[in-house]
Amino acid sequence: MYAQLVSTDGLKKPEEMTPEERAFQERIDRGEKIEPKEWMPEGYRKTLIRQIGQHAHSEIVGQLPEGNWITRAPTLERKAILLAKVQDEAGHGLYLYCAAETLGVSRDELMELLHKGKMKYSSIFNYPTLTWADMGAVGWLVDGAAIMNQVPLQRTSFGPYSRAMIRICKEESFHQRQGYAIMMKMASGTPAQKAMAQDALNRLWYPSLMMFGPSDKDSVHSAQSMAWKIKMNTNDELRQKFVDQTVPQAEYLGLTVPDPNLKWNEEKGGYDFSEPDWSEFFDVIAGNGPCNKDRLGARVKAWDDGAWFREGLVAHAEKAAARKAPVAAE
Amino acid sequence: MPSLPDMNTPDVAELARGAAAASRATEVPTPDAGQEAFFEALLRIGDSTLILGHRVSEWCGHSPALEEDIALANVALDLIGQTQMWLGLAGEVEGKGRSADDLAYLRDAWDFRNLLIVERPNGDFGHTLMRQFLFDAYHLELLKALAGSSDPRVAEIAVKAAKEVAYHLERSSDLVIRLGDGTDESHRRMQAALEALWPYTGEMFLSDEKDAEAAAAGRIADPASLRPAWERTVRDVLGAATLTIPEGAFAHKGGKRGVHTEHLGYILADMQFLQRAYPGATW
Ligand SMILES: [Fe+2]
Ligand SMILES: [Fe+2]
Ligand SMILES: [Fe+2]
Repeated sequence: MYAQLVSTDGLKKPEEMTPEERAFQERIDRGEKIEPKEWMPEGYRKTLIRQIGQHAHSEIVGQLPEGNWITRAPTLERKAILLAKVQDEAGHGLYLYCAAETLGVSRDELMELLHKGKMKYSSIFNYPTLTWADMGAVGWLVDGAAIMNQVPLQRTSFGPYSRAMIRICKEESFHQRQGYAIMMKMASGTPAQKAMAQDALNRLWYPSLMMFGPSDKDSVHSAQSMAWKIKMNTNDELRQKFVDQTVPQAEYLGLTVPDPNLKWNEEKGGYDFSEPDWSEFFDVIAGNGPCNKDRLGARVKAWDDGAWFREGLVAHAEKAAARKAPVAAE
Repeated sequence: MPSLPDMNTPDVAELARGAAAASRATEVPTPDAGQEAFFEALLRIGDSTLILGHRVSEWCGHSPALEEDIALANVALDLIGQTQMWLGLAGEVEGKGRSADDLAYLRDAWDFRNLLIVERPNGDFGHTLMRQFLFDAYHLELLKALAGSSDPRVAEIAVKAAKEVAYHLERSSDLVIRLGDGTDESHRRMQAALEALWPYTGEMFLSDEKDAEAAAAGRIADPASLRPAWERTVRDVLGAATLTIPEGAFAHKGGKRGVHTEHLGYILADMQFLQRAYPGATW
């Protein structure tokens, strides 16, 4: 989802493991948390760096589609709520970069990989926010899908990641509520507002389903991540849960989920629904979504334009230290 | 439409007298003229926080470091919150049933009373920080003075806002000093920002008859009285930043009377879009 395509090597069987690896796996199986200073397999470290990095990048790129409406928010209160929400996402990025740093990779290194297109962020943020209703739909659907994924990750095996998730989940549920509150206003508003709300759902429904990543039958690399408790559920499990939770919410709003095949299935106790267009998903991942260039371009520009600022602060700190040093030596 | 020669009236003075008499005849005397100056004074504060909050929020997601994104969002949030209080009170004082949102979203540029400095474009990050610093230093003095207002509602808002603004000033001063005394490039950018913005600082301290009236009633501080303390702060911080205060004393003005720069219209076009495009909708 926020880390949609994190590949690992195939799952190791116990007899293929070194004694160290076996002991490590046993700790995880017992539900122990792994802390940064402790021994871990290189594959575990690498997979976590990729996953936490992707997640962090998603938070900061995720500021942009909603940031797009801050200056146009329709009331002072809505403006403040939206600004606070986008600010939270920056904070989430910060916690996650810090969690990744405990694994030996700096924030600047990760940013550089993002800027060079060598690391991804969630596909969802490559879709545009075209009306105010999108501020509702993003909170409701996108933060909703994020919560679906992140609640189980609170129990992930890596201590710093788990603790970051616990902090983040508290805020995400506020995000989803404020998004749904906007949708309620729109859906019960003027005909134009209601049309905007339906249009937002139409555009964002399938991209939201894509957030959970490709179908389990196409994502062969998750077994090792699941054994390590870096990934807690399969993509399809989470997607099903999301649909089951969201459809009644859409009905309550009086909106129609844009899926003619959507139907309650008594036997499985969940909805049957259409898969998103996976070829579109892979296009977006490959850089051809409607906003990829703009989103990454905005991040690169912010970074490049800010270079003098960051260098200025470093230079000042050095000057200040130099001014202090002789005094301290006396 | 009349042809051009028809529009040349032989006696312009007479026409003017007629128009003046007609306008006097329809003028409704206000019950408390002091209230009008008070309303005006509150707009001057609330519109400045509104427009600066808007400008600062434009950085969201685009600043040079994550910490700055977070800090700027905080400043913008404080300013929006203060706007809700100042314009809320302005609406109350006006007594026509207008809310803070009505005042923010349903007036055109000529009715806005903000200082010109806050509507200046963000420019580079240094420009934004310099604008913030010059304004914060004034804003804090203003709020300290308003904390002693004869109107308890003003005093209450001022006390609350002053706590927030003290922090804004601490932050912007610190960054101005560090960047002024950083690299050659950061120094040059901060000096350029200072020079571009300096002519917009004088307006903060100009008093007109409305200020005088509100100040006489003890409700609002006389802007001119804030200058010495502001100058001290500015001199200290810019000195520590190794920046040179420009010599020119020229001051752009007009914001307080509703005569703005071209930039305000675009800010309002953005800000008011939904309220204007969908009149009467609730959000
Ligand atoms: Fe998020
Ligand atoms: Fe988040
Ligand atoms: Fe969120």
